[in-house]
Amino acid sequence: MSAATVFFYLFSFVTIASAAMVISGRNPVHSVLFLILAFVSAAGLFVLAGAEFLAMLLVVVYVGAVMVLFLFVVMMLDVDFAELQKSIRRHLPLGGLIGAIVLAELVLVVGAWQVAPQAALGTPTPGNLSNTAALGQVLYTQYVYLFQAAGFVLLTAMIGAIVLTLHHRPNVKRQNISAQNARTRATAIENKQVPSRTGVPVP
Amino acid sequence: MDLLLSILLIVGKSLLLITLGLTAIAYYLLADRKIWAAVMLRKGPNVVGPWGIWQSFADMIKFMVKEPIIPDGANKGVFILAPLVTAALALSAWAVIPFSDGWAIADLNVGVLYIFAISSLGVYGIIMAGWASNSKYPFLSALRSAAQMVSYEVSIGFVIITVLLCAGSLNLNDIVKAQDTPYGILGWYWLPLFPMFVIFFISALAETNRPPFDLVEAESELVAGFMVEYSSAPYLLFMLGEYVAIITMCALLVILFCGGWLPPANIWPLTEVPGVVWFVLKLTWFFFLFAMVKAFVPRYRYDQLMRLGWKVFLPMSLVAVIVVAAVLEIAGVAAK
Amino acid sequence: MTQATPQGSPQASPKASPLLAAIKSVFLKEFFSTFFLAFRYLLKPKPTLNYPHEKNPQSPRFRGEHALRRYPNGEERCIACKLCEAICPAQAITIEAEPRGNDGTRRTTRYDIDMTKCIYCGFCQEACPVDAIVEGPNAEFATETREELFYDKQRLLDNGDVWEREIARNLAADAPYR
Repeated sequence: MSAATVFFYLFSFVTIASAAMVISGRNPVHSVLFLILAFVSAAGLFVLAGAEFLAMLLVVVYVGAVMVLFLFVVMMLDVDFAELQKSIRRHLPLGGLIGAIVLAELVLVVGAWQVAPQAALGTPTPGNLSNTAALGQVLYTQYVYLFQAAGFVLLTAMIGAIVLTLHHRPNVKRQNISAQNARTRATAIENKQVPSRTGVPVP
Repeated sequence: MDLLLSILLIVGKSLLLITLGLTAIAYYLLADRKIWAAVMLRKGPNVVGPWGIWQSFADMIKFMVKEPIIPDGANKGVFILAPLVTAALALSAWAVIPFSDGWAIADLNVGVLYIFAISSLGVYGIIMAGWASNSKYPFLSALRSAAQMVSYEVSIGFVIITVLLCAGSLNLNDIVKAQDTPYGILGWYWLPLFPMFVIFFISALAETNRPPFDLVEAESELVAGFMVEYSSAPYLLFMLGEYVAIITMCALLVILFCGGWLPPANIWPLTEVPGVVWFVLKLTWFFFLFAMVKAFVPRYRYDQLMRLGWKVFLPMSLVAVIVVAAVLEIAGVAAK
Repeated sequence: MTQATPQGSPQASPKASPLLAAIKSVFLKEFFSTFFLAFRYLLKPKPTLNYPHEKNPQSPRFRGEHALRRYPNGEERCIACKLCEAICPAQAITIEAEPRGNDGTRRTTRYDIDMTKCIYCGFCQEACPVDAIVEGPNAEFATETREELFYDKQRLLDNGDVWEREIARNLAADAPYR
């Protein structure tokens, strides 16, 4: 058994176990933490498969950014467990039914899955390229329009989020930092000759 | 048998690195305190051993033998896990740092991304600590810290991209080699990418919660930020993680902008010096800068911090990515 | 931002060029100048005293731990006039007196100072007509229990014996100004 095999089984076990803990955990924050663990071990599996670029992207994007926001939201929520349990019991029949249907479909699809004979022959990356370069070459040539379209979708989503949440409040004092930094002694201070017993009028 | 041997080799290398690294951290920590004190016209720790050279070890023993206190309402598992996560992640970033040509535990193809990923995970230690303490002040502080780290990671990412465009590789070893030009110190990326160098340095300060961005644990205002409820060994692990992260950021500055292990000029006596010496010298110089910055800057306000990250650094680094790519394309030196 | 003054004197300041300001901020002009300033301070000699090993010079008027003095022949100076007890603003001094058995002179049978009450104002020393109670130069008399700070007559006399040389020197040094 090679090191890769050992680590494959290790990462697979951790992924599946932590995924199970995500849905069985009682504390939502624990669930999110287990989800993070699942993502990280999935990244480990990517590395074993020779896709280290994807692995790092998974960690940077999902674990480093998306799950942080997720964790924020879950930590802020005040989840009422009793209420949740009640509603679970109420919705159990319908949810169970949908779950059973999806499971059946999955079984049918996966059961009928035929692995393409050439898929096992080797990695699709050309031998003299690292998979980062290989990914870049297809992403920016063959799939460039799709790639750009995905970018536009994200941009639209971002602008949408800003439009929905940005309120312009009038009469808010704002700092003009460049103006502050541009102040010199000459613009900030004025020396005055004060005549005796009169003082200086305040502007 | 082969498997056992290779695992043993990796474990041995890692242990060696961690031992040397932690000893170095002990002295970097002392240097930090000494420099900070010296700028304030104090002497700094000088009692334990001559010039206080055993101070860090004395502190370590003190932290280890103190009683760890876990608050009543704390979530025990996560509370203990948080410092472990922080320290382990900080240390694991060192797996890909090349101290000299090829001297890295793992010469990863995507070394830069690996470090970037690890440092983006660092925020979990903070959030978990803040949440598990079950106290409002650590929690608020953890939220602020997480927001800060996430914000500055964005601009760090774009700055790294400009370097990658120039070097044409994600491998840290190759990035250093790409800076090996006949011009020596003038051929390193800090000069052509100077604004990016500055942005990276400042973002590194923010990413490691150093002054002027240390408002998470602002000593004079908050007690210890997200670490309020921590004591003894878990606190030690947080401090350790923090300083290891600082050294990692210094190492990144050296590798990305200052030619890693390369000598400052390709002339005879300098080229004979082993690369690792140059690496450590440059690392120490950047740590010195970090320590000096801690001594002479005032602390940012939170909104100013966010403004700097999102309204100054992000647009600047975005523009820089476009400009660098265009210049490389027009000059025809784009990496293959 | 600048406001015209009522006198109508225009601001004589040269307007800082925005380009120059931008260059200054991109190349971190202030950062570098501060860095060099801090670096100069880094190399400066440090005023820190290594306290238990090094100490500041002390004024002869320093008001530290109390002591009861004796005459050179060994006779205690205190005549139990109770002026110190009367003037003590913190009421830290308690004195009881009666004629001494062998020669009938007026002496204290009890002279207690509660050092936890004392505010080290030095009034007792000023009030004393015979320079018996003085505040010596010793400031390092911290104790581990509160009880040890309730000084009795014996303790004060012992203090006087220990510190007599310094106390006499300080009194002599301060004498011209009294």
